[in-house]
Amino acid sequence: MWAIIGIVLKIGVVVGLMQGTVAYLILVERKVAAYAQDRIGPNRAGRHLTLPFGIKINLPFGLLQPIADGAKMVLKEDVVPTYVDKPLYILAPMIAIIAATLGFAVVPFGPVGPGQVMQFQIAPGVDIGIVYVFAIGSLAVYGVVLAGYASNNKYSFLGGLRSSAQLISYEVPLGMSILGMVLLAGSLDLGKIMAWQDQHVWGIVAQPIGFLLFLVSGFAETNRLPFDLPESEQELVGGFHTEYSAMKFGMFFLGEYMHVITVSYLTVILFLGGWDFPGLSVEQTGLLSAILKVLVTAGKVSFMIFLIMWIRWTLPRFRYDQLMDLAWKSLVPLALVNLVATAGIIQLIRG
Amino acid sequence: MNANHPDLKRMTPPKLSLGDRLYVPQVIAGLAVTARHMAGVVFGDSAITVQYPEDQHIPSPNYRGVHRLNKDESGRVKCVACMLCSTACPAHCIDIVGTTAPETELWGDREKYPASFVIDELRCIFCGMCEEACPVEAIELTGLYDLTGLSREQMIFDKTKLLSVFDLTKDAEPMRYGSPPSRPTSSTELVRDSI
Ligand code: SF4
Ligand code: SF4
Repeated sequence: MWAIIGIVLKIGVVVGLMQGTVAYLILVERKVAAYAQDRIGPNRAGRHLTLPFGIKINLPFGLLQPIADGAKMVLKEDVVPTYVDKPLYILAPMIAIIAATLGFAVVPFGPVGPGQVMQFQIAPGVDIGIVYVFAIGSLAVYGVVLAGYASNNKYSFLGGLRSSAQLISYEVPLGMSILGMVLLAGSLDLGKIMAWQDQHVWGIVAQPIGFLLFLVSGFAETNRLPFDLPESEQELVGGFHTEYSAMKFGMFFLGEYMHVITVSYLTVILFLGGWDFPGLSVEQTGLLSAILKVLVTAGKVSFMIFLIMWIRWTLPRFRYDQLMDLAWKSLVPLALVNLVATAGIIQLIRG
Repeated sequence: MNANHPDLKRMTPPKLSLGDRLYVPQVIAGLAVTARHMAGVVFGDSAITVQYPEDQHIPSPNYRGVHRLNKDESGRVKCVACMLCSTACPAHCIDIVGTTAPETELWGDREKYPASFVIDELRCIFCGMCEEACPVEAIELTGLYDLTGLSREQMIFDKTKLLSVFDLTKDAEPMRYGSPPSRPTSSTELVRDSI
C-alpha cells in the first residue's frame, strides 16, 4: 500500500517537475536564441510586479515569461479544420506527449540500486532499461506521422513522411551506438552502467565514437535542428504541425522538449558518468550523497540541454539526401565497426 | 550551343577535405562563433536591441514614415493642388479637392490651394513617390514610424492632421535641420489628440 502511494507521489513529482522544466526550457531556448543573434530576448514579464499586500518585486530575465506563454497556449482558439481526420487529428498530439512522458519512466535521475535511501527512478529495477526507452521513444514517431496524415494537408503529409523515414533510419545507429557501453558494463540497466563508469572511466573516454554517434542520432530522434526536417518552417511551413493550434500545438512542443530532456539524461547516464563526480562513489548510500548525486546529474543534464540549444542556433538544417546519406553511409557503418572493435577488445582483455 | 562548346565553363563541386567531410571540426568552429556572440551579449554589451518604448529608435534621415503637409513662411499650406502626387501615387490613397485661392491679401499670389487633402495611411505603401512628384516640396514623409490608431477612420489623415504633423516634426527633422530630434516625437500622440 505505502509503496504504491510512494510511487504515485514520485510520478507526480517527476512529471510535474518535468512540465515545469519544459516551460522554463522554452524561456532558456528563447534566451539562447536571442543571445546567439545579438539580441536580449524576453525580459519584460515579471518586471514591476505587484504582489498581494503591496509587495513590489522586480524579476530579471523575463522569469515569468513561461506563465505568459502557457496562458497564451491555453487561451488561444483551438481551430480544428473541417477537412481533417478528426479522431487521429486529436490523438496525434496525445501520443506525442504520452510517449515522451512514458519514456522517462526508467531513466534514473539520481543513484539507484540496492541499499540506496531512495530509488531515483520511477520504475526501478527494470532490467531492460535502455531498450524500454528506445521502444517508447520510437512510439513518438506515431504522433508525428499520424499528425501529418490526419491533417489532410500536403505540407503536413510531407513532414510526416520525412519524419518516419528519418526516425527509422536514425533508430539504427542510435541503438548500435550504445551497445558498446552495454558490452562494457555488461548490463542494460542504466543504474549498473553508471556504477561501471564510477568504477572505471566515463563512457565518453571508453567509447568516444559511440558518444558522437549517440549524440548525432539523439538529435535526429528529438527532431531538433539540424535534423528538424519534419517541421522545417521554411519549406514545409511547420510540417506536421501546420494545422495545429493552441494547446494541441503546445503538446507537440512539450513532447519535443521532454524528448530533449530524456535524451540529455541518457547521454549523461551513458557517456558522461551520470552522477559520477570526484568524491562520489557507488558505495555511498547516505541521504546527503544521494542529493549531491541528483544535483550533479541535473547539472550535467543542464549542460547537455544547453549544448543541444547551442547547436540548434549554430547549424543550418541538413538537406534530405544528406540526412539519409549521413545515417546509412556514415553512422551505421561506423557504429558497426565500433561495435565489432569493442567486442573484440573486450574478448581479448577478459579472455 | 552544344555540350562541348569551348566557351562553356565546367564547374566541379569543391573537393572536401577529410576534415570537412567529418563535419566535426566545422561544427566546432561554428559553435565557437555563436559562443562569441552569446558571450558578447551576456558579458559585454554587444546586443543591438533597442528597449522600445523606454528608448526610441531614431530612424535614418531618409526613413519614410507618416506624411506631413509643409507650411510656408506665412503659415499657409504650401500645396498648390496640382494633383501630381495623387497621380503618381501607386496605391491611390491621396484624395485632393483643389479650389481657387481666395483673393485676400494672404492668398493673393496663389491661384489654387487644396480645400481638402486626405491621405489614407492604411492604404499607403510608404513608397515616397508623392514626395518626389511634388513640384513645390509640399508633401514629405517624416521619420515618425509608430503610426497607430484605434479605428480605420482615425488612420485617414485629413489636411488639419497632416499640417499638425508638420508642426510636430518641423524642429525634429534631421533631414532638413541637420540635428537629431531632441526628444522622440510620436505620431500616436497625434492620433490620440484628434479622436
Ligand atoms: S508614399 Fe507612395 S503610396 Fe503613400 S501616399 Fe505617397 S505615393 Fe502614395
Ligand atoms: S502636395 Fe505637391 S504634388 Fe500634391 S497636389 Fe500639392 S503641390 Fe501638387
